[in-house]
Parts: sequence; structure tokens; C-alpha cells
Amino acid sequence: MTNAMELYQMLPKTNCKKCGKTSCMAFAVALMAHELTPEDCPPLKDEPKYKENYEKISEIFKPSEGATETGLIVHEDLCFGCGNCVVACPPNVANDPYGVGSGNAPRNVNKLVLTVENGIVKAQNLGECRRFGKNKILCNGCIVTCPVEAIEFV
Amino acid sequence: MEKNYHVCTGCGLLCDDIEVESEKNIVNKVYTACRVGVAHMKEARRAEADFLVDNKPVDEDTATREAASILKNARNPLIFGLGTSTNETQKIAIELAKKINATLDDTSSFCLGPLVEALIQDKLKTCTLDDIRNKADVIIYWGTDPSDSHPRQLSKHTYFPRGSEKQRGWEEERTAIAIDVRKSHTAKICGNYFFQIPPKGDAEFIDALIAGLSGKLPKTSYNYPPKKLLELANILKGAKFGVIFVGRGLIYSLENLEPLFKLMKILNEKSNFHLIPMVGNCNTMGFNKNLFAETGYVNSIKFENGTVKHGPEYSVVESLKAKTVDAALVIGSDPLLILPGSIAKNMLEIPVISVDHCETLTSKHSKVYINTAISGVEAGGSAIRMDGVKVSFEPVIETNHPSEEVILKKIMEAL
Ligand code: SF4
Ligand code: SF4
Ligand code: SF4
Repeated sequence: MTNAMELYQMLPKTNCKKCGKTSCMAFAVALMAHELTPEDCPPLKDEPKYKENYEKISEIFKPSEGATETGLIVHEDLCFGCGNCVVACPPNVANDPYGVGSGNAPRNVNKLVLTVENGIVKAQNLGECRRFGKNKILCNGCIVTCPVEAIEFV
Repeated sequence: MEKNYHVCTGCGLLCDDIEVESEKNIVNKVYTACRVGVAHMKEARRAEADFLVDNKPVDEDTATREAASILKNARNPLIFGLGTSTNETQKIAIELAKKINATLDDTSSFCLGPLVEALIQDKLKTCTLDDIRNKADVIIYWGTDPSDSHPRQLSKHTYFPRGSEKQRGWEEERTAIAIDVRKSHTAKICGNYFFQIPPKGDAEFIDALIAGLSGKLPKTSYNYPPKKLLELANILKGAKFGVIFVGRGLIYSLENLEPLFKLMKILNEKSNFHLIPMVGNCNTMGFNKNLFAETGYVNSIKFENGTVKHGPEYSVVESLKAKTVDAALVIGSDPLLILPGSIAKNMLEIPVISVDHCETLTSKHSKVYINTAISGVEAGGSAIRMDGVKVSFEPVIETNHPSEEVILKKIMEAL
């Protein structure tokens, strides 16, 4: 995936602030964080000279198939159900400290973001995920603990 | 809410928190188990035939009687396998071996046997997986990749879970270290604490580490960066509750266990370290313990009119190589597949009885084949987890296949 610098290169670089950010670089960072979308940059969206770049950037941020509201996708062919992500996920620990938080089977699945079913991780209750909603943060608990890169955010 | 949890017998971890949905004795859904466990419960390959003699279908009585007659006519029969059998089955197998003056061995004789023996004899300090969850701050994986062999170990017991004295989480309170010849999946999780060493470099690495722990300059012939070694030594020195998980990679690379004893000694002078062998099968530990309780040895024995002989010559490899055994009863194992070809081929010259829930290379070349229930899925009993803790289980589903226990009892009776 691209980084903020590469995105910045494709933006108008005029620092017009119409997106609500202080600079095009700040907008690029907000894009990366899925905080804003390419349409939030009016010149990029409307001015013909940026058309090509607008399409390129939109392509990058197109919600991919199978992606959830937070952009989380599970590569089911890679996941082998080790449960590392389930046990490391902060909201999982907070909502079920003695079940999944302690490495055991869930005691209360109602608010769990990740569980393992038939040997493969399953995402649900995405409202609990730290990447969801207005106050989202770039949590990577489930990414760094996976031995096989089976979880990805797009 | 009390849930009805099952035990997974898919590996030596014996996870005891598995929920299963089944209908008409078919497992439909498995919760919390890893993919290995799910495959074990759902897809364990079944052979078509129930009982075969010379590859022809027969009934149970004919098969057990034929098995008994093979064993009775043998001068020195071999009993081998039992790594996935229940304790109850293993004890009957030991009785049977005694009765027919058999050679008795399991896979541990070419895996982790010597280490397990040292642990059973209290020569090394050990602890349980629950202790590790509650207390461990430094966890070393040496010559082993649990992400492949025991998929839930890091999440259920060692690195990621909260424990009574480890409430703040893995990033802050635990360090996982991998020492291996290749960057395994587990090594990847360990990040900067992966120490890659050359094949057969383990003994030297241990020596260098001991030097580092004693405040000397750690040197290796392969020029392992002394700074990194000292960094490792310092982490180990600072451990409040450390554990080393020892895998086959380390055992195969050492000529004997001396370096490991030395390392554990100095680690326990400087800090507090425990050792657990990475036993793969769900009840190899049980076999070793049960045989030790009966004979004082963990494997490679021969019964002879009430006495016990022990030595490498009674291991499966050596006894087949020297052709000292003249029949074999194989329970839940596939020696034709796992042993080196030059040794395995000698098995084709003797009558073999294969007791297994799936069709194997060995079963295909057997004179008698008996299709049994899968221990832990279709048959209940107990097994010993890799850390020595006994775990009991009920069958998850019912089957009309006889259990290994029932079959061994019938063979005994028919003798
Ligand atoms: S991003 Fe964080 S909160 Fe969301 S599923 Fe992953 S670990 Fe859990
Ligand atoms: S996504 Fe990765 S960490 Fe999570 S269960 Fe699957 S393999 Fe394990
Ligand atoms: S780690 Fe082992 S015992 Fe646990 S679910 Fe997986 S195969 Fe079964």
C-alpha cells in the first residue's frame, strides 16, 4: 500500500485548506488514516487537471471486496486460527478479560471484535474496534500479532 | 453461564475450552480451536473398512483373534506408537507387552525422549503452562515453532494472555524470544528478539550465552555479534519467571543434554528459569510417564519374563534395523511413513497389526487392520499435557467403532 508521501505527490499541493486540513500533507495523512476520503478534497474532485490523479487515489481507497466498515479484511486462506489477534485486541480484553483476554474461550461474545470459528478468525461488532468511528486510532494490535499477515486494513 | 467445553486432542496442548456443535454424530462447527484442532475433529480421515485381514473385510472377532495369534507366534514382537492414545489404553498396552515379552517403544526415542526422561527424574526445573500464563515474563522458544506445531500456545498460555500477575499485557510485561536456524512464524512474532544461529550452532551458542551470563565475552566460531549475545544474557538475568521451550531443533543439534543442564544451572543461579519440552502428540507425555511409573524408563524397553531390559537396541529404529523383532503391533502411528526408508522396509518382512482410525501407509501393508474410534473425539479417557498436567475428556460424538482400549483388551483376552 501507498504511504502519505506518495499520496501527497498526487495532490494539488496548493495547501488551499478547503478540505479542512492545514496542508495537503495533513490531508494525505488523514487519507491514510481513513479519516477523510478523496472526495473531501474539492479541487482534486472537481478540477479536470487533477482528474487522472483523482481516479488513481480513489482506486487506492476504493472499499475492497469483503472489507468491513473499518476496512478490516481477513485472508481466510492464510489464517490458521492461532487466536493471537483475538487475545491481543484491546477492546476484546476490556470486554471479556477472563475469557479471551486470558487466552480462553469467549465468556461473553456480545462485544467481541474477533473470535475464532471453525479454525478461522471472524470479525464482528466492529463498532468496538478502535479503528471505528470518529475517535478512531490507528490500532495495529491484530496486525503485529499475526504470524502470517492474515489481517489487513484497506 | 456454565458451558459445555470439550478438549481438543489435536496436539500436546490439549486445549480444554472448545465448543462444538454437532448433529447426528457429525461435527458441524467448532469454536475457539485452531485450524489443526478443527481438522482433527471434523475431517480426521476415516478408512472405509472396519476390520481387515490380508486386505479382506472380516468381523471384529476374526481380526482380534488373528492379531492375537500373530503376537502369540512371535518370538519378539514390537509394540509401537500410542502417542495419541489415552492413558488407559497405554496402560493396557504396557500390560500386553509384559504378557507377550514384547519390545515397547514410541516416537520419543527419536524425538524428545531424553529430555522428558530428565524432567520426569527431576533433573531440570519445570512448571505448568498455567504458571506461565500467570507469571512468566521471559519466554524462550528454542528450535521450535509453536505457531505451526501448537498454534494456540502463544495466545492461550505464554505470550498474549493476561494472567494473575500479568495484568498489563504482553507489550509491557512479557518478552518472547526465538532462537532458531530459520525465521519461523514464531520468530516473526518475536521481532527483534529473534536470534538466528547456524545449523548445529546451538551448543556453541549455549556456551557463549553462559559466558555472557558470567560476565565474560561471549565468543562463537561463527562470530555471532557479542553485543547481541550480551543483550540476550541481560534479558535472561533480569527474568523473574523465565521459561525455555525446547524443541526438536535444539535436541537434534546437541550431542547430549550436558550444555542444556549447564545453562539451566547458571540461569537458576542468576534468575529463575523453567524448561518445558515441545511435545507434539497429545499423549506422548502420558506414554513416557506411564512407562516410567511401570519400569523406570520412558521408552525403548523389552520385557522378558517379568524383567525389563532397556537400551537403544530396543528402540523402534534399532530393533527394526537389526531385525530383532519378528512381528509388530502399531497403534495410532505410521512408522512406514515416518521412519527412514532403509529401516522402515524391514517392517515389510514381518506381520504387522495396525490399529488406527485412518488408513495409513502402514495400515495398507498390514496383515491385520483394525479401525478404531478417535481418542478425544469419539472415545473418552485422559491424557497428559506437554507440561505434565493430566486432562480428562469425554467423547465429542458417538461412533460404532471400538475404542483402542476395547481392542487391546480383546487381543489380550484372545491370547
Ligand atoms: S484494529 Fe485494534 S481494536 Fe480493531 S480489531 Fe484490530 S486489535 Fe482489535
Ligand atoms: S488472523 Fe492471524 S493472529 Fe488472528 S487467528 Fe488468524 S492467524 Fe492467528
Ligand atoms: S493448539 Fe492444539 S490442542 Fe489447541 S486447538 Fe489447536 S490443535 Fe487443538
